[in-house]
Amino acid sequence: MSDPSATEKTILYDLHVELGAKMVPFAGYDMPVQYPDGILKEHLATRESAGLFDVSHMGQVVITGDSPAAAIEALIPGDIQALEAGDMRYSFLTNEKGGILDDLIVTRREHDLFVVVNAACKEQDIKLLTDGLAGKATVTELTDRALIALQGPKAVAILSSMAPEVASMSFMSYQEVTIDGAPCFVTRSGYTGEDGYEISIPNEQAVQLTRKLLDHEGVSAVGLGARDSLRLEAGLCLYGHDLTENTSPISAGLIWAISKRRREEGGFPGAAVIQAEIANKPKMKRVGLVPEGRAPAREHTEIADLDGNIIGEVTSGGFSPSLQMPIAMGYVPLAFAAVGTDINLIVRGKARPAKVVKMPFVEQRYYRD
Amino acid sequence: MALKFTEDHEWVLLEGNVATIGVSNYAQEQLGDVVFVEVPEVGSDLSKGDELAVVESVKAASEVYSPVSGAVVAVNGELEDAPTLVNEDPNGGGWFAKIEVSDPTEIDGLMDEDAYKTYIEGLD
Repeated sequence: MSDPSATEKTILYDLHVELGAKMVPFAGYDMPVQYPDGILKEHLATRESAGLFDVSHMGQVVITGDSPAAAIEALIPGDIQALEAGDMRYSFLTNEKGGILDDLIVTRREHDLFVVVNAACKEQDIKLLTDGLAGKATVTELTDRALIALQGPKAVAILSSMAPEVASMSFMSYQEVTIDGAPCFVTRSGYTGEDGYEISIPNEQAVQLTRKLLDHEGVSAVGLGARDSLRLEAGLCLYGHDLTENTSPISAGLIWAISKRRREEGGFPGAAVIQAEIANKPKMKRVGLVPEGRAPAREHTEIADLDGNIIGEVTSGGFSPSLQMPIAMGYVPLAFAAVGTDINLIVRGKARPAKVVKMPFVEQRYYRD
Repeated sequence: MALKFTEDHEWVLLEGNVATIGVSNYAQEQLGDVVFVEVPEVGSDLSKGDELAVVESVKAASEVYSPVSGAVVAVNGELEDAPTLVNEDPNGGGWFAKIEVSDPTEIDGLMDEDAYKTYIEGLD
């Protein structure tokens, strides 16, 4: 993990300050948690129109070699060899216990892999990848590029007004696109549950391009606060919270990210543990939770059965701006994981009734062609 | 009577021997969008410094401590349906509770509006 006290700045730092953002230390970076409109408005603007996020603190990595797709499969359970050039996949680095060391997105390009990893884990990930691929592939961090995300129902109209070719991109695909003179890596992806794009831009053109996007009507600058509530509504895991080195992907409900071939062949760290969990079911399962009333149940809130036994813990929880009610996710034993199960959440010492519900809390609206 | 303020950004309005308590405009700006307020039970006895309320914003939960000792005689029921009153009208409609004070001198040491203004200017 990066030193949380050291604060680096992304290339967009001055722009955030100019826009009136409240800056906070996050994963070793000084990042905007919210702008003057506040988290609620930023959140709803993303769901209704378009939100623009600085995610330049995340790691952008390129892996080159004779066969990087085959090589990386020794470290992650994703089926990277099955990807055509221009396709991308959500996966995770696993440890020998079958736990998750980080989640990441791997894009297969014509001659290499483009990988985006979490900010807090990037040093560890780059070392893992470098050591794990030694002799087979070369791992290079791209420190000369910013990364922004444009998310929401109007994202396609806004970005395609500057680069028409992005309109026809399919969900989870990659294209190199020149936008306003900047050679960008564009993916149709994101982590808000909305249609949208992530755009990697050379540092020297990042501020100008970000300003142009913000000039469009309907684009709001969005900070970490709304980023968190958006991904929670979408039922998506946050590394370090819903996923840890002690969480298996099967418990987390991420079996869909491991293809049939990889489940059968294994060949990634912890494969035997994960295969056994697939065969025998995991002990714990990640579930959606809705507390009664309006009091949010936040991370580390204890989950109890109706007899008062502590059975699990909330890993992400807060208030849903879209639904105007509290929502949470956490891990419970399989016997309590069925939708409709009544449990209690221990908020400030008091047991408050809650129910296991289906996720996502807010319907995902990814682009499907 | 005028509002008096604590260093923790609560305000108190003493009328007779009943103190109405809320949080300052500065506090609501720091909290961000308020989504839930847990108020005390009417009848409960609080000592100065006890937890009076919990304010949940989208970001986090924050405790509000009672600046005075006494019995809770009323709570703001409107906050249940409209917690954003804390953001919109912190010094008025966003009040949390009324306490029948047992020691009115506890209020003497608090800041008046001008002193509080100077105090928060020193914080930024």
